[in-house]
Amino acid sequence: MGKRTCLYDMHIQYNAKIVDFAGFDMPIQYEGIMDEHAATRNAIGLFDVSHMGKFELKGEEAKSCINYLVTNDLTALVDGQAMYAPMCYEDGGTVDDILVYQHAPNNLLLVVNAGNKDKDYKWIESHLLPGVDLKDITNELCQLAVQGPKSVALILSLTNISLGTLKYYHFLDQVVLADVPMLISRTGYTGEDGFELYFDKKDAQKIWTLLLEEGSSYGIKPCGLGARDTLRFEAGMPLYGNELSETINPLEAGLGYFVKLDGEDFIGKSSLLEYKVQPKRKLVGFELMDKGIARHGAQVLNPDEERIGAVTTGYISPTLGKSIGLALIPYAYDKDNILVQVRKNRLEAKIINKKFLKQ
Amino acid sequence: MKIVKGLYYSKDHEWIKIEGNRGYIGITDYAQEAMGDIVFVELPDVDESFAAEDNFAVVESVKAAADIYLPIGATIVEVNNKLEDEPELLNKAPFDAYIAIIEDFETDELETLMDADAYEAYCNSLE
Repeated sequence: MGKRTCLYDMHIQYNAKIVDFAGFDMPIQYEGIMDEHAATRNAIGLFDVSHMGKFELKGEEAKSCINYLVTNDLTALVDGQAMYAPMCYEDGGTVDDILVYQHAPNNLLLVVNAGNKDKDYKWIESHLLPGVDLKDITNELCQLAVQGPKSVALILSLTNISLGTLKYYHFLDQVVLADVPMLISRTGYTGEDGFELYFDKKDAQKIWTLLLEEGSSYGIKPCGLGARDTLRFEAGMPLYGNELSETINPLEAGLGYFVKLDGEDFIGKSSLLEYKVQPKRKLVGFELMDKGIARHGAQVLNPDEERIGAVTTGYISPTLGKSIGLALIPYAYDKDNILVQVRKNRLEAKIINKKFLKQ
Repeated sequence: MKIVKGLYYSKDHEWIKIEGNRGYIGITDYAQEAMGDIVFVELPDVDESFAAEDNFAVVESVKAAADIYLPIGATIVEVNNKLEDEPELLNKAPFDAYIAIIEDFETDELETLMDADAYEAYCNSLE
């Protein structure tokens, strides 16, 4: 038996299929990935993401401390704002990609991938500045993602917040929802408008049930990790372990916007500066012309059938109905077609913009 | 979970329905439920022959690909082309949406498979 989030009993009650994910018994789906995916694109999806790692970083130098560990530049981050940032090793390889929430420069919340939590904790701990304290608060909190075009109407109906004060990648603390104080951020991992809610885990079942009840007229559905992955993939968002890893740096993954090489110093900066001058690989989108599905790990070949790379993620897109994927291939590759090895077949694919929903 | 009487069942959750010298083969309700939304089926070639327990087709859900095995040695004489455009038929009606029709099999080999009652007991034992 794996670890369980504060909502495990709810997942069972809602007939979830449970799988192991990063040591947690997590719902991969409830009624079905396709329906859950569509609910999030068209209405609201409710996701239990309490397994995500959550750290408090406190102390006078807390912001400087984390700013030296991530590739994005937190200097301009203000209280009540969150920022997405890759965290790298000296060689540019990626430790993890994380969210940094700033309550104040001396009080930050870090949200990290569940599968990287222990590694991240050790990494950050080994780079703490004097007077800065790191605390793992993962098990104290429930974390929900409320995602989809109708999530704004739902959250506004249940709280007294106004969207004017909660812009994209901003958050409000001590918002009261059904008498429960919580942090609500305008963030997500689906490509849709939406929110993430952080609150005391003792209220987990109450809030989960209330959101599903109040959201039912909007068409809310509980969604599992299956839909979470197809949604983020369609939106062109990276998943650590697929598009990012210890051997894939954020520039290769196409995350240059989050790597501020002209800002403050950070671990990995010199390697990434060198890499930028001589890039070796790039992440591209592709669409299969032949029937099939090119999944994570499938080999990519050039038209001469020489191996040039691998698929990082691939699905039949539930929204587009096309078989699409992301692949890591040589930076210098300039043809507009590739082959993908799927079992005994070599399938034709054309390279397309990896912002799949925007074409 | 639906189980149809009069069919032969394998431990890998395939069913075979015999009509004369032909057999229809598909996947069971238990199998489609376990896989979730099915989005692609790789069908075998007509006239291809397989030994018992050979992988003859692939059924893919959103998340994963599953090999489908022929429980008995046989030759494929027809495939269900409808599954190319409507793979979800395997979810909606697993006992109607056959994957292929087979011939040239040994009737004796069928006796190594389970009947509906034995298969139901087998599925229950997996819960």
